[in-house]
Amino acid sequence: MAKVIHQFGDDISTDIIYPGRFMATVLPNETPAYAFADELELNAKLKNQEFPAGSVIVAGNNFGCGSSREQAASAVKGYELTMMAKGFARIFLQNAINLGLNLVVAPELEAKVGDDLEVKGDTVFNHTSGRSFKIEPLPQARQAIIDAGGLIAYTRKKLLEKVK
Amino acid sequence: MGYTLVEKILARASGKLSVKVGEVLEPAVDLAMSHENGALVINQFLEVYRDTGLPPKVWDPSKIAIIFDHRVPAESSKTATNQKKIREFVKNQGITKFHDIRGDRGGICHQILSESGYVRPGYVVVGTDSHTTTHGALGAFAFGIGATEMAAVWTLGKALNVEVPATIKVVVNGEFPPMVGPKDLILHLIGKISAQGANFRVIEFHGETIRKMPTSGRLVLCNMSVEAGATSGIVPSDTETLRYLREEAGVKEEIPLVTPDADAEYAQVIEIDAAKLTPQIACPHTVDNVKAVNEVAGLKLNQIVIGSCTNGRLDDLAVAAGILKDRKVASEVRLLIFPASWSIYKKALQKGYLSDLMEAGAVIVNPGCGCCLGVHQGALGDGEVALATTNRNFKGRMGNPNAEVYLCSPQVAAASAITGVITDPRKGGN
Repeated sequence: MAKVIHQFGDDISTDIIYPGRFMATVLPNETPAYAFADELELNAKLKNQEFPAGSVIVAGNNFGCGSSREQAASAVKGYELTMMAKGFARIFLQNAINLGLNLVVAPELEAKVGDDLEVKGDTVFNHTSGRSFKIEPLPQARQAIIDAGGLIAYTRKKLLEKVK
Repeated sequence: MGYTLVEKILARASGKLSVKVGEVLEPAVDLAMSHENGALVINQFLEVYRDTGLPPKVWDPSKIAIIFDHRVPAESSKTATNQKKIREFVKNQGITKFHDIRGDRGGICHQILSESGYVRPGYVVVGTDSHTTTHGALGAFAFGIGATEMAAVWTLGKALNVEVPATIKVVVNGEFPPMVGPKDLILHLIGKISAQGANFRVIEFHGETIRKMPTSGRLVLCNMSVEAGATSGIVPSDTETLRYLREEAGVKEEIPLVTPDADAEYAQVIEIDAAKLTPQIACPHTVDNVKAVNEVAGLKLNQIVIGSCTNGRLDDLAVAAGILKDRKVASEVRLLIFPASWSIYKKALQKGYLSDLMEAGAVIVNPGCGCCLGVHQGALGDGEVALATTNRNFKGRMGNPNAEVYLCSPQVAAASAITGVITDPRKGGN
């Protein structure tokens, strides 16, 4: 069971997730400080460690549209949050998978701040509203990256196979 | 059944005779581009090699391009240190397509790749920048990826787990009316299909208007295809592609053209009559919030930006200089000009465009991305409004979440500079 800590609408760009002016910062251990930097309250609560790992941010369609900046995924990953959305933009989705950010795609998802959510198999249960939503599975090739523990480990494995 | 352009390119790059939509491939990469975020790519690349006992060596240094453009010259010690780290890596790995902060070969990555002849029809191009879609203008399959994904490309020479995307065919016929052009066309298309209308798909451009359009305009269309969510935009290569690569990019080698089959299967076909288009404005804070210029005309502006990888080319500067020559930029507005490369800067200087613009009151800034994404020069103050020929108007873009950015063509931007308010260029900037 995990609580929804923030709710976003559609078309949330990477400029909201990780504003451009912090892009000179690149390392995954430094980017979380600027996660949602212009959403002042959310940013402050994240930095104060007010949310346990696994807490959920919910969003509408096209979350992560815009820039390819990987900081957007690494900043959210840094707090070990779960990102649930009706849909994700392509590059953000891939970056999140590559870095091991926990993602859930649920096209019909409805949840608000404070709701208790639980993922079981291919379904998200909203225990607060009593409703449940189907999860869209990730393509198999993407699941392989997750299973390998992220793209770095996946690439290392392929590199070692290549030089054998 | 025939194949779309991207299906053909992916089949060739994956060593297959045929591919189908949704199939997952590992295509060989012909060109891999990064900018300052190469610092993160290097970090992730070294991580891949950690504890393998192997020396970290990129798969092919001749196929990697690195261009400094996001924060040039460095705005902070942090950026300068990252740039230094990249220079050392470039030298150690023998990467030749490196464009440092130099007036003889520097500029914005998406302009540098095309004007240097690095991109060819049929190539698979990946870049750690979402506007890598730009290079579809030369008939390549070009798409943005993250830094870790690029580290995998540097290691293996392949893009991992690429799903063959479905293609949307956009057919454009008719002649643009005066003061209307490619920027209005792409803004109109994004407004029509929405910011996620092409998610996980490719937009392939066809029709008489596209065939007659110079590469500079095709680059605008493909650059902004990502604002509709597209994996890439692409224009079938033709005699204009050859002309551009020979005359403007100095390519000497043979250039094989790749075209889609006449009976290719498209997910959707959209037809647009260019003759019916009007100047378009993308209003805050999404690129699909598109209106006709007359719906927002009269809105007071604080800053106007002409430039970027979208509209910072020589013909864009010619349009701006043509409108602003012997006129004055309104006293309450700042006009910033960012040419897309130093080569364009030099040509605009030689043709007198820059002096015409300076006489009018414009500030000419060195080529770079900084202003467009709010990381370097040209930041907005609280409550300020900008009109820009750039490609994004997201909240916080241009460095301030309490400011607004409107997007438009160079024609609208230049006409509005004279009045200080959003102005229909067809009515003149009086």
